[in-house]
Amino acid sequence: MKQLLQQIINGISLGSIYALIALGYTMVYGIIKLINFAHGDVYMIGAYVGYFCMTKLKLGFLPSLFVAMIICTVLGVAIEKIAYKPLRNTTRIAALITAIGVSLLLEYGTMFFVTANVRTYPPMTGILTRTFQIGDVIISMQQILILIITVILMILLQFIVKKTKIGKAMRAVSLDRDAAELMGINVDTTISFTFAIGSALAGAAGILVGMYYNSINPLMGILPGLKAFVAAVLGGIGIIPGAMIGGYLIGIIEVFVSGYGYSLYRDAVVFAILILILIIKPAGLLGRNTGEKV
Amino acid sequence: MLEIKDLHVYFGVIHAIKGVSLTVNDGEIVTLIGANGAGKTTTLRTLSGLKKPSSGDIILDGINITYTSVQQRVKMGISHVPEGRRVFSTMTVLENLELGAYLRKDKAAIAKDLNMVFDLFPILSDRRKQMAGTLSGGEQQMLAIGRALMSRPKILLLDEPSMGLAPLLVQEIFNIIRDVNKAGTTVLLVEQNANMALQIAHRAYILEIGSIVLSGSSEELMKSEDIKKAYLGG
Repeated sequence: MKQLLQQIINGISLGSIYALIALGYTMVYGIIKLINFAHGDVYMIGAYVGYFCMTKLKLGFLPSLFVAMIICTVLGVAIEKIAYKPLRNTTRIAALITAIGVSLLLEYGTMFFVTANVRTYPPMTGILTRTFQIGDVIISMQQILILIITVILMILLQFIVKKTKIGKAMRAVSLDRDAAELMGINVDTTISFTFAIGSALAGAAGILVGMYYNSINPLMGILPGLKAFVAAVLGGIGIIPGAMIGGYLIGIIEVFVSGYGYSLYRDAVVFAILILILIIKPAGLLGRNTGEKV
Repeated sequence: MLEIKDLHVYFGVIHAIKGVSLTVNDGEIVTLIGANGAGKTTTLRTLSGLKKPSSGDIILDGINITYTSVQQRVKMGISHVPEGRRVFSTMTVLENLELGAYLRKDKAAIAKDLNMVFDLFPILSDRRKQMAGTLSGGEQQMLAIGRALMSRPKILLLDEPSMGLAPLLVQEIFNIIRDVNKAGTTVLLVEQNANMALQIAHRAYILEIGSIVLSGSSEELMKSEDIKKAYLGG
């Protein structure tokens, strides 16, 4: 029982990270039907920006988080404008290959500038080092912080998507681009905004991971990026709550597999889930097979 | 008010619209009739800016808008109800209508127009919190028209509003189009249902494989033997 609860708590922390990344995948897919494989690398950049803010600029955790999100926003919008927008009316495979290209560029470009060495986040200080013991279960302040920040960002995201004008435009464009255009919605701006939000969330995930696991490297985005992609597919790609649920499920499952002694298989299990969901329910947990009414 | 001069539109190598010219005067209902594939929808899509023409001019109130964006045209008063209604299915009726007023900033006037649309289509008022995808075909058509009216258009482009609807509903939709027109909105109506369209329209153009083959007042066309044979089933 103690083991189970402890694993769930660890799983929620990891799941928060996956959920934040998965949201960007799913929103971008929803609006331009592109699996943005460079998304995991935006998360990596977020981790590096956080690292430099904390070590070189000596900023605190929250200001660093803020800077990482801003830089990633700019990066995400730039990637969209430079690499994807010129391909918007070509085949989807062309855009997909470009996404892989951008991913490699970010990985090895980063390596060029900061070397391939693993860096360690500075040790947390003050309140961030605290841990709490509830019964037999140990919760660290960092885990609480990850959860709080993730929940705040998700609530903010839901508010933007549901209530604001630009959020409504985002939903309209992802449902029917031509009809949205006929409303006078600027499709280009709306797509840029979607990349901005998705990338900001990935940036937040990057710095949270740096804080939680300490070590970062230029290729750290590959595997979490793929797993977050699995999470997005599991929840139903294009569906925002689906990405949240998928992220937490994948995080908890992965932690359970490692926690019960099969840590060598934890990646395999995640991708087995991808295969299973594609066989059993390709639309994802929250997805429906969209029927059309004429 | 709206004038098209010698419009040519291509899809790759296919010459879909071959020199169409037509005029819609202020306050009129003009209908564009033709069979499947004649180019009716393409003409409307070119008018609203979704499709770019290869040559020709589109003039709205004396201003050449041929190369302006869709957004710009919505601002200038063109509102297009696309074929198949295209409501935002997983958004509520109210959200759909609000999106119709996307470019407007005058909150008080938007609220007033919302009430006007609800007066025109009371059923939409009852279903304002419902997802648009759960509405019946007729209700979706009403929503699509209501949404288009929310931009306060000078001219409403309607693409096959009768498609897939029961005859009684078709009659209702056409009555509403007539009411909207009487309230001051000019209408360009594309239809396959020539009978219904000619009944409410002032003038009509007949489109066949990309060219206008005949035009005139609705009364004249309804009497023409050729039209009766080809389009009115008699």
